[in-house]
Amino acid sequence: MSKYGEKNIKAYGNNFTTMTPGPVAKFLRTCVIFQFIRFIFINIKMLVVVSKSH
Amino acid sequence: MARLVVLGGGVSGHTAATFAAEWLGSEHEVVVVTPNAKWNWIPSNIWVGVGQMTKEEVTFDLAPVYAKAGIIYHQAKALGIHPEGNETSDKPYVVVESTEAGSAGKIENIEYDYLINATGPKLNFAATPGLGDANGLGEFTVSVCTADHAVHASEELHKCIQTMKAGKRQKFLIGTGHGMCTCQGAAFEYIFNIEHELNKAGVRDMADIKWISNESFLGDFGVGGLHMKAMGFAVSSKIFAESLFAERNVDWIIGAHVNKVEKGKAHYELLDGSMGEEEFDFSMLIPPFAGVGLKAINKAGEDITATVFAPNGFMKVDANYAAGAYENWKASDWPSTYQNPTYGNLFACGIAFAPPHPISKPMSSPNGTPITPTPPRTGMPSGIMGKAVAHSVCDRILKGPDAPLHEASMAHMGAACVASAGKGLFTGTAAAMTIYPVVPDFEKYPGTGRDTEYTFGEIGLAGHWIKHILHHLFIWKAKLKPGWTLIPE
Ligand SMILES: Cc1cc2nc3c(=O)[nH]c(=O)nc-3n(C[C@H](O)[C@H](O)[C@H](O)COP(=O)(O)OP(=O)(O)OC[C@H]3O[C@@H](n4cnc5c(N)ncnc54)[C@H](O)[C@@H]3O)c2cc1C
Repeated sequence: MSKYGEKNIKAYGNNFTTMTPGPVAKFLRTCVIFQFIRFIFINIKMLVVVSKSH
Repeated sequence: MARLVVLGGGVSGHTAATFAAEWLGSEHEVVVVTPNAKWNWIPSNIWVGVGQMTKEEVTFDLAPVYAKAGIIYHQAKALGIHPEGNETSDKPYVVVESTEAGSAGKIENIEYDYLINATGPKLNFAATPGLGDANGLGEFTVSVCTADHAVHASEELHKCIQTMKAGKRQKFLIGTGHGMCTCQGAAFEYIFNIEHELNKAGVRDMADIKWISNESFLGDFGVGGLHMKAMGFAVSSKIFAESLFAERNVDWIIGAHVNKVEKGKAHYELLDGSMGEEEFDFSMLIPPFAGVGLKAINKAGEDITATVFAPNGFMKVDANYAAGAYENWKASDWPSTYQNPTYGNLFACGIAFAPPHPISKPMSSPNGTPITPTPPRTGMPSGIMGKAVAHSVCDRILKGPDAPLHEASMAHMGAACVASAGKGLFTGTAAAMTIYPVVPDFEKYPGTGRDTEYTFGEIGLAGHWIKHILHHLFIWKAKLKPGWTLIPE
């Protein structure tokens, strides 16, 4: 798991200079409780942008 | 009684027509001319293209919806606009050709007082030899641009999955099929949905997946990239995009103009002028977009298409088409009322209006081949423009021909975009992004061109839930079900 993203990095290849998520970032992506909180947060952010755009 | 004719019943035209019918009531006529019998929620074609939704789930019949709204519906395609009428009448009209079974090919003239052109893009597969021809998509690649294309793409994908299950590796090549494409976001969604499905099918280790696009950097998306607030930094979308590609083990070729497609092989030219080729077993390459080829004719019967339309076939509106080089571009070049400068009762919205120039910095190879994303006009801006234009027309009909026009400039509006990276109630992910404004304003927001308070993005399950909810919400709205006017574009 900890090598989840890192193992795909190819030295001096296209993706050598980017960042890859660690195990916590990866886990949180599909952690239902955390994502439920993010769901509310993202919706609020989007509604603000939508209201600024109409 | 006044008559508004809307050409195109897609995201922008359907929004314009339904709001206009609501605001005008039965005193005036709203007519929609669109060639398809069904409305398509195009963003969900991605899920049809991987077999996670059916065509029926992303489309519905337009006729009953327009009947309910009191809209006169012609299943037809517009061929030409006569904004001055003809030698026998001053009344402007459009020439349409029926696409309805039983009357297909029948030509008819429809007079109008106001006309909204929302005909969207022509999928110009013919621009790249082998990608397609005048009849549309060719035989070597697939597409997800229409629901039917997506059904076919899913069938081909599942054949590849069976081949991999039988022990043979497969190469996937996804991206843009020409140096002047837009809509990189759709290809981005499709590549990660494929990757997700291959994982689910247990064959990911049998697949080599590669991205090819005309962006000069990954994460450009035709909007010159965007900077998002993350961990106290303003981080470029390049970093986030590259990170996702690295994480999901997807390699990339960028700055590429695909100039020829053959069976199992794409030829391309890069921004440095070098040529290359890439083999594939499965490929989805977005075609470039052009206007749908409407003609404009004046009262004397002369062709004035070049006056009304830009050379790419999109309709001229109140944009600054003389901005010149990138260094001179300004946010104010972008149109705000979408009114045609020659004919005041003519408007264009959504993909159908001619943008003043790209948003991404134009680039070309040393051979002179332009390799630059053209500007995207995604769902939310297309809907907002449609509504603003409908508002303007309704005001002019109801309050008089001098009523002020409503404005909806892409340089003053933001967009919320949710890019799916895989479908699943608990395993799905999507990149949820907001961008404000869509067109960067470097005078107002020096440096990044955008307000980083309102430009953000993150990937996760929450984004997927939002994408799925939006699918139902927008179909609900498009079907004019209770409360539809309250759902924002
Ligand atoms: C695969 C894919 C995925 C996408 N995903 C997203 C997403 O997730 N989020 C997002 O915001 N945007 C997304 N987009 C972009 C979005 O679909 C467009 O921004 C939107 O459809 C543009 O609206 P429009 O009304 O201008 O064009 P369209 O929706 O294409 O509508 C044009 C209409 O005009 C009709 N027409 C064509 N020719 C004629 C003619 N001669 N006469 C009359 N009518 C005609 C067409 O049949 C069509 O009904 C995606 C696009 C694609 C291809």
